[in-house]
Amino acid sequence: MALDKDDVQKVAYLARIKVPEEKLDGLAQEINGIIGWVEQLAEVNTDGVAPMTSVTEMTAPMRTDVVTVGNDADGILKNAPDSEDGFFTVPKVVE
Amino acid sequence: MSDLTNLTIAEARDRLAAKEISSRELTDAHIVAIEANRGLNAFITETPEIARCRADESDARRAAGDARGALDGIPIAIKDLFCTEGVLTTAASHILDGFHPVYESTVSQNLRDAGSVMLGKANLDEFAMGSANITSYYGPVINPWNAGDGKDRVPGGSSGGSASAVAARIAMAATGTDTGGSIRQPASFTGIVGLKPTYGRCSRWGIVAFASSLDQAGPMTRTVRDAAIMLTAMAGHDAKDSTSAPREVPNFEAALGRDPRGLRVGIPAEYIVDGMSEEIQVLWNQGKAWLEEAGATCVPVSLPHTKYALPTYYVVAPAEASSNLARYDGVRYGLRVDGDSLEDMYMNTRAEGFGDEVQRRILIGTYVLSAGYYDAYYLKAQRVRTLIANDFKSAFEDVDVILTPTSPSAAFAIGEDLDPISMYLNDVFTVPASLAGLPSMSVPAGLSSEGLPLGLHLIGKPWDEETVLAAGDMIERAAGFALPTFNARGHKS
Repeated sequence: MALDKDDVQKVAYLARIKVPEEKLDGLAQEINGIIGWVEQLAEVNTDGVAPMTSVTEMTAPMRTDVVTVGNDADGILKNAPDSEDGFFTVPKVVE
Repeated sequence: MSDLTNLTIAEARDRLAAKEISSRELTDAHIVAIEANRGLNAFITETPEIARCRADESDARRAAGDARGALDGIPIAIKDLFCTEGVLTTAASHILDGFHPVYESTVSQNLRDAGSVMLGKANLDEFAMGSANITSYYGPVINPWNAGDGKDRVPGGSSGGSASAVAARIAMAATGTDTGGSIRQPASFTGIVGLKPTYGRCSRWGIVAFASSLDQAGPMTRTVRDAAIMLTAMAGHDAKDSTSAPREVPNFEAALGRDPRGLRVGIPAEYIVDGMSEEIQVLWNQGKAWLEEAGATCVPVSLPHTKYALPTYYVVAPAEASSNLARYDGVRYGLRVDGDSLEDMYMNTRAEGFGDEVQRRILIGTYVLSAGYYDAYYLKAQRVRTLIANDFKSAFEDVDVILTPTSPSAAFAIGEDLDPISMYLNDVFTVPASLAGLPSMSVPAGLSSEGLPLGLHLIGKPWDEETVLAAGDMIERAAGFALPTFNARGHKS
């Protein structure tokens, strides 16, 4: 199916990327080109084929549920654009 | 270029061991070469102070009889996708402005522990998304090779800075990362060796994530032997990456010089693709002839789902990228662009922080994962991926290694306007091995009619980098490819 401007706007909102109105048409065209090309996968018979979950034949390792690193608020906040009293700050969300 | 920058790692190792040269001399020669070649834009951040300090430490160790092995004192570049403690790490994106990690990636730590000397952080495509190194926020990287037509060529991507630095002899080796061809295609475009190991061979911990089921670190070097030396140091199990394999790391260098007799090489008919130039086919035949002359046996193999590899990749990789890149929210690190609300701040930050190609891939990934489309696109692609991996499994019942071209063309000119799908086609020969998690390597093998380098590509069985290296060594010997010396590129034209 082809995406229109509104679909692209909706996907961009899901991805939390602001796309200016004037770029929506161009993006819709590009994405339709790529999705249309990807749709050739429909011609492959995948009945009874399991979707790949792990490319190497490995089972996920288990480990003991213990704290390995912690208590490093300064390190964690070091790269924050803005922080206060050991917390990340964000624009006000509750009036 | 000085004699010191012409050395391979293996040669420098011997001269360092014989105390004919010091790491400091070797490092200083490369720092001078980097400064003389800033026009290549191969580095986002140069770290000469760190380099001199580590070189002096290496010389002190050696003087005390504590040298650590082949890489001790060897100056290398680190792709700016690896987090380096206290050193700006950008992934070539505006959104990571000012990010100074408080930790070191496992692979770069392994290389530090081996005594290597970091010269700086190499430029790349933004978040490793690209095949030409033209999507970097820090500007395109220039290939030291040109066709004498006055046009700058791309170095390939995404590890384009790493590739240009190694080819221009301003670093002895570099780390790269490969998701669909990002080590091998730039290696082919710049006339160097690029090795993508088996998925799980190198830890992904501390590497900025693009598509986690495909991303794998590997070496970029001027010789196959140097690639083996680098991989031996980079690889190894790491409890911090649950997909890192708990396997012993062999001494990969020992695989070189193997007896070629008895080696069975598969030639997949499906790799003859539309738009592939005649000279690529000729080079491929030549590669086959070289291996046969050496004593190997070449046989046809079939990989019937090859043509579906690229569309599969362009569902799986963007889907994983859209999840991985959700972390860039303007709160925890990097760029923040203010907005009227929290949501507005997120949307402004991500709009300004991500470039066009990254935004396009996030949108495609979000779309194929969204309600109503997940089964049709994402799950379908993961099923086809199983078939692609099964193709290789069947082929490897009969052969030890598979030979293909690395890329359907030589390096194209910067500014050649390619639509996204034409750009994606650059990776047509490298993506299938990525989807199957297999080790594979590009080895420089010849020149195009324009005088630009072309690589041959070897794909091996899981965990069998040794056979890939051994076959690469045979091609390298037979090809006798000579990397020219380039004039210094001091400024951008």
